[in-house]
Parts: sequence; structure tokens; C-alpha cells
Amino acid sequence: MKTISMIPRSVQLPLSEDVVETLHAGDGLLLTGVMYVGRDAAHKRMIETLEAGEKLPVDLKGQVIYFMGPTPARPGKIIGSAGPTSSYRMDAYSPRLMAEGLKGMIGKGMRSREVKEAIRQYKAVYLGAIGGAGALLSSCIRKVEVVAYDDLGAEALRRIVVQDFPVTVVNDIYGGDLYEEGQSQYRSTPTGRESGRSPCGPPRRPISPRHPPRI
Amino acid sequence: MREIASRMVTETVSTLLQDGCYHLADDVITALRQAYEREESPAARNVLVQLLENAEAADRDEIPLCQDTGMAVVFLELGQDLHLIGGDLYEAIQEGVRRAYAQGYLRKSVVVKPFSARVNTRDNTPAVIHTTIVPGDKLKITALSKGFGSENMSRLAMLTPAAGRQGVIDFVVKCVDEAGANPCPPVIVGVGIGGTAEKCMLLAKQALLRRVGDPHPDSEIAELEAAILNRVNDLGIGAMGYGGRITALAVHVEVFPTHIAALPVAVNLQCHSVRHREATL
Ligand code: SF4
Repeated sequence: MKTISMIPRSVQLPLSEDVVETLHAGDGLLLTGVMYVGRDAAHKRMIETLEAGEKLPVDLKGQVIYFMGPTPARPGKIIGSAGPTSSYRMDAYSPRLMAEGLKGMIGKGMRSREVKEAIRQYKAVYLGAIGGAGALLSSCIRKVEVVAYDDLGAEALRRIVVQDFPVTVVNDIYGGDLYEEGQSQYRSTPTGRESGRSPCGPPRRPISPRHPPRI
Repeated sequence: MREIASRMVTETVSTLLQDGCYHLADDVITALRQAYEREESPAARNVLVQLLENAEAADRDEIPLCQDTGMAVVFLELGQDLHLIGGDLYEAIQEGVRRAYAQGYLRKSVVVKPFSARVNTRDNTPAVIHTTIVPGDKLKITALSKGFGSENMSRLAMLTPAAGRQGVIDFVVKCVDEAGANPCPPVIVGVGIGGTAEKCMLLAKQALLRRVGDPHPDSEIAELEAAILNRVNDLGIGAMGYGGRITALAVHVEVFPTHIAALPVAVNLQCHSVRHREATL
């Protein structure tokens, strides 16, 4: 795996195919521009719309969708806490949206094989944002508007404008996968995934007497 | 007989939940700092720094640490000599939840009819409530906002007694491994061993309420915790799954006697966004 540059690169949204081609698993990016926000319920509706042969409420060509459902904004604020949700729940829907021209997805956690294949096929990218950093990520959001499915509340489809929104490339068009590559670098479990281990194998290391040392 | 008003319960629950959602507790901050110092992976270190910055931002602006402000889980230790006046105890708790999520600008994430009409209850009720009756005339309330990225990775295994200690370790490590990046590592691994199926899962959840990294007072259990922690951190998952040495901040095990035919093991993961508070009335 190539070394991860700790100096993130600025990228403008929406994403063009030329830019997507330059992105590699492990790259740190700071995104600036427009993106859409939707999670489970908004995805379900978009797919139902497409299956009914109708048009989506927004044109997804070249766009990035952020899997997120914020907390309500305090008075005087435009949005509340705004970190990513687990992406695997969108796996059933994402390939169809990439076929509609979606170029990027932002979330957290692993994607299915089908999604990774669609990322290669449609030249898109999956970006990881830090789960549980909703307060910090909220401060990168400059503008918010609900564009569809208002009745879904926290799950409505939103359009937001972000500035220097930090993400890391997880899956790129070349088959790169940060989770697999990063984890294999630091994994000291002998064979494959733990699940492949013999249940009767001896403990690998002497037992350390204590939990992480306390400062 | 000592009396307390049910509205005290409501106010307490509301305050505890809001505090937990905005202010990361000291033990968790310390554990994250230690993880940062020990971590070798640049990508994981970068995540840990941002988590500490996130905690500062949330604390300063009273904005939730995480947008998933969870489902409320409330543990009660109710003294048998205490008399509650002015209303129903459980309703007082639900009202506290309602108030916390409305006044605290927390996200309402609870839906009715899980398998059909997933309509939002709009006030984050009902909370899940666990009550124990204890001697005395006090009421101890522990309120936890449990996010579901980590909750969804919970597992239960009814092992055979022959699986023994090693079987327990292997099962827990496998759960954390399969969960990978999904539960927002670094995690706290709650493990229940023994009881019946439902008791075992409850033990796993109660294990998460301990101060992060405090070992179990029983040295045999503490050693098991340390052994599992070593194995979990050998997985290399790292913060946010980007690869690294620290996948778990701690492993907490709680144990209960079980049947001669059984060795139940439950795993309940807690993401780094640890949000529980307690108060005694
Ligand atoms: S798993 Fe925890 S930190 Fe991650 S999104 Fe859910 S509640 Fe937040």
C-alpha cells in the first residue's frame, strides 16, 4: 500500500470523472462545494421513484451523496451534529444511483462486493468521514436546504454546501480498499480473518496483566 | 418512608441524557489520549486527534458529539423503602426522555413497528428501562444514549461448555473482527458470560457502564478481559477501520452463573461516543 499523505488535498464538488480518476484509497481530501444528504428512507424513496419509471427529485449526475441524518439545529444555527451513518444499509440502493450518474458517496464502514464493483464500473468513489465526529463535521457545513421528502424529518433529502469537509478515500475505481489495505498492515492475527481460526488454538501472546496503562 | 416526587425523576433523566450527549466523560477522553500515544498508524492517529477535537467542540457549543443520539436505555436501582409520589415511575422516565430530546436538540431516532410501518415516534420514546429492586431508600438512575452503529453489531452465542475460556475469547474476537469499521472503532467491548440468553445480553450491556479500562475486581475475569483486549487489538482494524494498533479502548466482562448445559456469551459493542451518566436521588 502506498503511504498515506497526511496533508489532505482540496477537491471541489461536484466531482468530475477526471478528478475521480486521480483518487486513491487512503488519500485525505478536503471537500468544498455542494453535496446531497440522504440516508435509509430517502434512498428507499429514490429507488421506488426510479422503479416507477419517474424522475428523481434532483439530478444526481456528478453529485456526491452523504449518508447522514443530522440532529436538529439550535436556534441561530443552520444544522446540528452531522456525522456519517453506516453505509452498508445503503448497499442495496447505491449501484442503481451510480447508474444514474452519482459519482461519490460519503459514509462510514464497509461496502458490499456489489457496491465496490459498481464503483469500478461507473467510475465513482466511496469516501469515509469520521463516525462520531458530528460536532466537528457540522462546523464545515455552510448552507443547508431540504430539497425533497420533507416529511422524513432527519431523513429528508437535503442539499448542503460544505467547506474543507474532511474525508478519506476508502474505495477507488482501481479496486483499492483502505479498510483491507490499512488493516492488513497492522493485523498480527496469523491467518485471514479471525473467523477462520481454529476455535481451539492457543492464545497468541502472553496475557498482559492490565488494561491500557492509565496516564 | 422516604418520598420523592416523580418530577425529580423526569428532570434527572432529562439532564443526564443531555449531559451525556454533549460532554464526553473524562475516562473516555483519557482512553482516547492514551490510544493516540500508543497508535502507530498515521491514518488512525489522525482520526483520534479529530475525535478529541470533536469532544472539545461538542463540549464548548453544547452540540451532540454524534448525530446518532441513540435510543435511551435507563437502568434503575430502586430502593425498596422509597416511595414515589406524584405519578407513575416509568411515565416519569419517558417524560424525561421526551424533554431531553426536545429541549436538547437531540435526534429522534425511534420508530414504531420495526418490521412494517417504521413511523418515527417523534419524541424518541419509548426508552428501554431495566429495573432492579435493592435495599435502601434511594433511587439510582443510569441513563445511556446508545447509538445503533455499534448496537447493530451485537451478537449472542450459546456455546457448549466444552468451548471453555478459549471458545469465549474466540467468539468475542470474531464479533469485533466481523464488525470491522461499522461500530466506529475504537470501541469498548461489552461481554456477558452466563445466565440465560436474555440475562447474558443484559450483562454485556451493563459491562459498558463501567469506567473505561477499570478492570473487573475478580482477577480471573480481569485476566480474561486483558487477554481478549490483546487479541482484539491484534486485529489491526484501528480507529474508524483505517488500520491501526488500537481497535478497542477496553474490554469489560460481566459474569453470572449459568445452567450445567450452557455457556452463553453475549457481545455488545460501544462506539467511542460513550454517553452514559448516573445520579442517585
Ligand atoms: S456508532 Fe456511535 S459514534 Fe458511530 S455514528 Fe453511531 S452513535 Fe455515532
